[in-house]
Amino acid sequence: MQLQSLYQEVILDHYRNQRGKGLRGDYQAESHQVNPTCGDEITLRAHLAEDKKTILDISYESTGCSISQASASVLFEQVKGVSIAEFEKIFNEYHAMMQSQGKLEANEDLIGDGVAFIGVAQYPARVKCALLAWMAAKDAIGKAAL
Amino acid sequence: MTLISHKIALDVMSIRRDFPILEVKMRNNKDLVYLDSAATSQKPNSVLQAEARFYEQVNSGVHRGAHYLAELATDQYETARAKVANFVGAKPEQLVITKNATESLNLLAYAFATQNSSLLLKPGDEILVTEMEHHANLVPWQQVAEKTGAKLRWIPITPAGELDLSNISELINKKTKVISFTHMSNVLGTITPVAQIASLAKSVGAKVFLDACQSVPHMSVDFATLNVDAIVFSAHKMLGPLGVGMLVATEELLDEMPPFLTGGSMIEMVSMDKSTFAKAPKKFEAGTPNAAGIVATAAAVDYLNKIGMNNIQAHEEHLTEYLLAGLAQMPGVQVFAPNLIERGSPVSFAVAGVHPHDVGQVLDDDGIAIRVGHHCAWPLMKKLNVTATSRVSTYLYNEQSEIDAFLTSLERVRSFFGVK
Ligand SMILES: Cc1ncc(COP(=O)(O)O)c(C=O)c1O
Repeated sequence: MQLQSLYQEVILDHYRNQRGKGLRGDYQAESHQVNPTCGDEITLRAHLAEDKKTILDISYESTGCSISQASASVLFEQVKGVSIAEFEKIFNEYHAMMQSQGKLEANEDLIGDGVAFIGVAQYPARVKCALLAWMAAKDAIGKAAL
Repeated sequence: MTLISHKIALDVMSIRRDFPILEVKMRNNKDLVYLDSAATSQKPNSVLQAEARFYEQVNSGVHRGAHYLAELATDQYETARAKVANFVGAKPEQLVITKNATESLNLLAYAFATQNSSLLLKPGDEILVTEMEHHANLVPWQQVAEKTGAKLRWIPITPAGELDLSNISELINKKTKVISFTHMSNVLGTITPVAQIASLAKSVGAKVFLDACQSVPHMSVDFATLNVDAIVFSAHKMLGPLGVGMLVATEELLDEMPPFLTGGSMIEMVSMDKSTFAKAPKKFEAGTPNAAGIVATAAAVDYLNKIGMNNIQAHEEHLTEYLLAGLAQMPGVQVFAPNLIERGSPVSFAVAGVHPHDVGQVLDDDGIAIRVGHHCAWPLMKKLNVTATSRVSTYLYNEQSEIDAFLTSLERVRSFFGVK
């Protein structure tokens, strides 16, 4: 059944119960991303440690579909507390899976619940939803690290 | 549910046989239930064949050369123009062929922001649109305002999604030079009071343009009696091919408008340092035209005429009434619908607790194609307090059983996402 492979239980759980949601005051840079096809939006803040090497927190406010909301929640879980070098690896792993049309199994050690989005990668129209928060994170972290 | 009596005006079963795409299987081998005709309509065999026949038997440059095929192509091109013009109550000289309605609107707008145009706007002039325009009838006017210093104003809408005319006598005033508005909302199905707005516009000398993209395919539209200066529409929403748009305008307006795209076919005489231009409509048809496309559009007009626009409208009214009654019974579903007796087929709705993208995805899993998103009407979404809606739109080939399939699938949406 295709629908269940798209909306895996893990995704629906992150959607109903989003981790780390809400904008928090400590941050160095912010990114605002919009999905122009559906109008979904996210504002995401990156808070780095003083040495600019570790991500202390990612905070965000967003409106959107289950896929975009759940992917923001997974992002938060995976990147809070990791180094920027580690973030790059996590991002690249997730991004490659999303671009693979569902053909590339991703490393769960790196992207955690992110592996559940493999089904989304088979629906080209939804790939953008699954990447919205991640693009915002890349942008905000990049700016914060300058 | 109350039984709605319906005098069967259309033989939908036989109509459906004319549309080969309705046989195509969707994901999971499901039958297609196509409820997205407001985005683009499907095409009957006669249209597909007309386009193919042009390439097989007639293809050559239009208005160029004196060989047999060129004559044939030119003749078919102009015959098609006349047929499409006649379909909306216009003369052939009043119909400019473009690539879509968006281009037609840009062509109109260009005339009001071009240096040597007698229509050029100046600071203090006003352009009036409405809050429920498609971006195609909003963004070009924003550009005109930006370039000329004219002020862009808009008619607000009521919470029910009708035009709020309470302040109309102030909105349409001596400074108003252009009023451009939709005949039928692609989101809400609202049909606007054209006669009232047009007569107010005429009383202050403003030009009036109608975005007829959603009306021309679904009801009979008569340019001659509308009292507007121009209408635009797209062939692809009225059973015709992609890549053909129409601008129908009065001869006076076309004469006043400067050419938009320039080059071959639109000239009268060319020397190295300057040119003079052909008369409208050719003045606006630069380059080799999509002749196969307009010939196929004429075949679409034949098809619509054979069925009858009044029959099509009655059929859609019945389907829409049935759909609205079904949606009204469904808990957690909010319909964005005007309180009008006469309305078009697009129906927008929201399912509490489920994002439109997710609604569309579950329906898609059942082979049902609807549109989800902002429908190129972002300001209207803001006004309705949503980021997006789900939209069903029907046409002559839809059956009541497809509405039933849609309603059943919508129940599945609610159970899948666990909303009560
Ligand atoms: C009301 C309305 N206006 C304008 C357009 C633009 O038409 P097109 O994309 O064919 O140029 C559309 C359709 O998308 C529409 O529904």
